[in-house]
Amino acid sequence: MALLNDEIREQLSGFFKGMKEDVTLAVFTKKEACETCKEAESFMQEIETLSDKIHLEAYDFDTHQDKAKEFGVTLTPSIVLLDGEKKHQGVKFNGIPGGHEVNSFIKGIMEVSGALDSLPESQQERLKKITKPVNIKVFVTLGCPHCPGAVEKAHKLALENPNIDAEMIEAQTFGEVSNKFNVSSVPKVVINDEFEFVGNQPLDTFLEEIEKTQ
Amino acid sequence: MELNLDITEGPKVHLKKEVLYDTLVIGGGPAGLNTALYAKRKGLNVGVITERLGGQVMDTSTVENYLGYESMTGEGLVNKFIGHVQNLQVPILKEVRVEKLDKDGDIHQVHLKNGEVYQSRTLVLATGSKPRKLGIPGEKEFSGKGVAYCAICDGPFFEGLDVVIAGGGNTAVESAIDLAKIAARVDLVHRSQFRADQVLIDQLKNYDNIHIHLDTQMQEIMGEAMVNGIKVLDRNTGEESIMNTNGIFVEIGYLPNSDAFKEYVQINDRREIIVDAFGRTNVDGVFAAGDITTIPYKQIITSAGDGAKVALAVNDYLNTHARIEAPQKVVAK
Repeated sequence: MALLNDEIREQLSGFFKGMKEDVTLAVFTKKEACETCKEAESFMQEIETLSDKIHLEAYDFDTHQDKAKEFGVTLTPSIVLLDGEKKHQGVKFNGIPGGHEVNSFIKGIMEVSGALDSLPESQQERLKKITKPVNIKVFVTLGCPHCPGAVEKAHKLALENPNIDAEMIEAQTFGEVSNKFNVSSVPKVVINDEFEFVGNQPLDTFLEEIEKTQ
Repeated sequence: MELNLDITEGPKVHLKKEVLYDTLVIGGGPAGLNTALYAKRKGLNVGVITERLGGQVMDTSTVENYLGYESMTGEGLVNKFIGHVQNLQVPILKEVRVEKLDKDGDIHQVHLKNGEVYQSRTLVLATGSKPRKLGIPGEKEFSGKGVAYCAICDGPFFEGLDVVIAGGGNTAVESAIDLAKIAARVDLVHRSQFRADQVLIDQLKNYDNIHIHLDTQMQEIMGEAMVNGIKVLDRNTGEESIMNTNGIFVEIGYLPNSDAFKEYVQINDRREIIVDAFGRTNVDGVFAAGDITTIPYKQIITSAGDGAKVALAVNDYLNTHARIEAPQKVVAK
């Protein structure tokens, strides 16, 4: 069954006309013990049909351990957005980016394609000083209207600095990880599994927390 | 699977630092958006600067008191507002926070936290309000660890668990109803009597897992890694007791987001910006609209209406004040 109705298909294909380079959706699924893998894959198949610039590569997590490792995939379903040269830019979605999160997913595709809004100079300067690896986890629920904002910011930072890797984690699909990080309010942002804050805070707050890891 | 798509179509217009705007609206909720709509239609060069486009209405599950819409999701309603303004090509700068306001001659300057500065002949402050906190021990410590302020966001974490809702207004009662569908038990605790609309209070009866405690004061939030209880005081009997719970949703009203403006315009002891009937503050050319002002009864429709009124007041102001950079025309006879 199609997940996207005609109206949404039309809106999205119009929006994707603004893409610059090609983007590959690397989708990692498992055959067993993954309730949402099938739905995630068929959702991505539909997204692929919306633009000639969007490509899909489906990987079985168990048989493609090398690829999973290369992109830092540990959960399924997981979707990694690769740029025109099929390089990992640190933009990852763990769980189906449905509900409100479709917005950060669409924005992610646009940004990985190179259709970027630039950051103010002061923030670019601060980002240049991030030289050690940073991982940003953004926990979300699909009914949360201000979660996509936090996911977009994390991904934006990852795109601007190769040392930063950012991932959305849909908290209900990945209850165990969420419990490990005591997630009971979203968006919850965890940096290098150590520093954390709750809420869609301004980019400067992300930067302040990231700077603590350097 | 449900999709809540919210993308803007058509060419994007950006807010520009080099432009001197007729009016800059700070805030992207109903008040700010309607100010922008009315100002644009008056032919003013208007821009919007906002931390959170849509404002608090985004967090409201259902709106049933906006004239013309019997029942809408908060998001659905506000997306209509946003779409309406965006179709008029009003530049909206979102996800930014204002640090302070300043003045250069007759020009008002908006300094953002990220260092950018925008300029305008007039300002409309419409940053609304944010959820009020309980201000009791344990609240800060357990924030995000069982203490929550957005039921539609965080409700799913309490599936099959017990939750307490603090508050007696419409938001609290709506949250109780939403959470009753997810949680095992919902305790609605309020320090006085209900302020909510009777039609909502009546709906509480339909859920036998909702328990109501009026005239009950919350005193302390307790827990270890996560919340496990709350100490309450029954104001009628003077008895203290502990309610066991897994989560506390705080829905006790709102506090104006006026911190960035308090050095620039006059605010009252409730942190509301003091305005007259035209939305004028004590500073020439600076107006305020919606929940951030002293106007009573904060509602979506009153905020939107206030925005319309203030836009018209701004237009009158600009018409009666000489355009700053326009040279005096000498008409030769």
